[in-house]
Amino acid sequence: MAATLDRIAKIVSERLGVDESEVKPEATFKEDLGADSLDVVELVMELEDEFDLEISDEDAEKITTVGDVITYIDKQ
Amino acid sequence: MLFEGQSALVTGASRGIGREIALHLAKNGANVAINYAGSEERALDVARECETYGVKAITVQANVADGKDVQDMVKVVLAEFGSLEILVNNAGITKDGLVMRMKEEDFDAVIDINLKGVFNCSKAVTRQMMKQRYGRIINISSVVGVLGNAGQVNYVASKAGVIGLTKSLARELANRNIHVNAVAPGFIETDMTDALSDEVKEAMLGQIPLGKLGSASDVANVVTFLASESAGYMTGQTLHVDGGMVM
Repeated sequence: MAATLDRIAKIVSERLGVDESEVKPEATFKEDLGADSLDVVELVMELEDEFDLEISDEDAEKITTVGDVITYIDKQ
Repeated sequence: MLFEGQSALVTGASRGIGREIALHLAKNGANVAINYAGSEERALDVARECETYGVKAITVQANVADGKDVQDMVKVVLAEFGSLEILVNNAGITKDGLVMRMKEEDFDAVIDINLKGVFNCSKAVTRQMMKQRYGRIINISSVVGVLGNAGQVNYVASKAGVIGLTKSLARELANRNIHVNAVAPGFIETDMTDALSDEVKEAMLGQIPLGKLGSASDVANVVTFLASESAGYMTGQTLHVDGGMVM
């Protein structure tokens, strides 16, 4: 779980220009991290590359917080 | 050089307007991928001619109406060039006929290539262009997409669709520095217009204020402009290259 968070934090901080420490499980992408809808699409694509998985559009729509991503990835 | 270090993909580039666009981009320093559907020999000729300008040129076969085909094509181009700055959606066909005589297959075939092809190719390059934070997508529409034309409901619908798609895509991708514009050629001397009867050609000439047909090069010049930094403050536009037919 911690390892997953670290990898996600790295990608998110690079993409959104936020500090890695701000990327906490409870942080929401849009409100807390300032992502717009295109950012979220880009993040999903980058996470797919990083974790070598495919996130369906239905699942991607449900993702609002960093924690959602961790749960999703650890479940795979 | 206008496009030093840049790479371009031109669909339907084995002949006509697409061929001329590929040559103009190569002449200005871009590596060029020449997409073709069936005319391999002619595509190879275009590639060889592009190479005389000292750039890399490859040919890639793909049916733009087929999403999977298009994805594979873009992978090949990226593997070869490493980046993709310019996409020119030029591939197009006609299957003319008066509406009462037009077959459903003829309608679908034209929409699939002329309109869905633009969607497929644009979608396939978006990921790369978003990562680059740079991209220029230029879609070839047509004067009839604005004016309408008897006997071409399928073609006109597809070309009008391209203008709408251009505007929506431009809005979606603007803040990623991806500019999307369209060029609407008028009556241009190509194989496609050669197929028209003399009677139709005479009638068309009468509607052109500049009183003559355009050349593929006239269109390629405007595409080159839109792909360049000179058009850096333009997106979502349709430029008419038609001797004044639309004004």
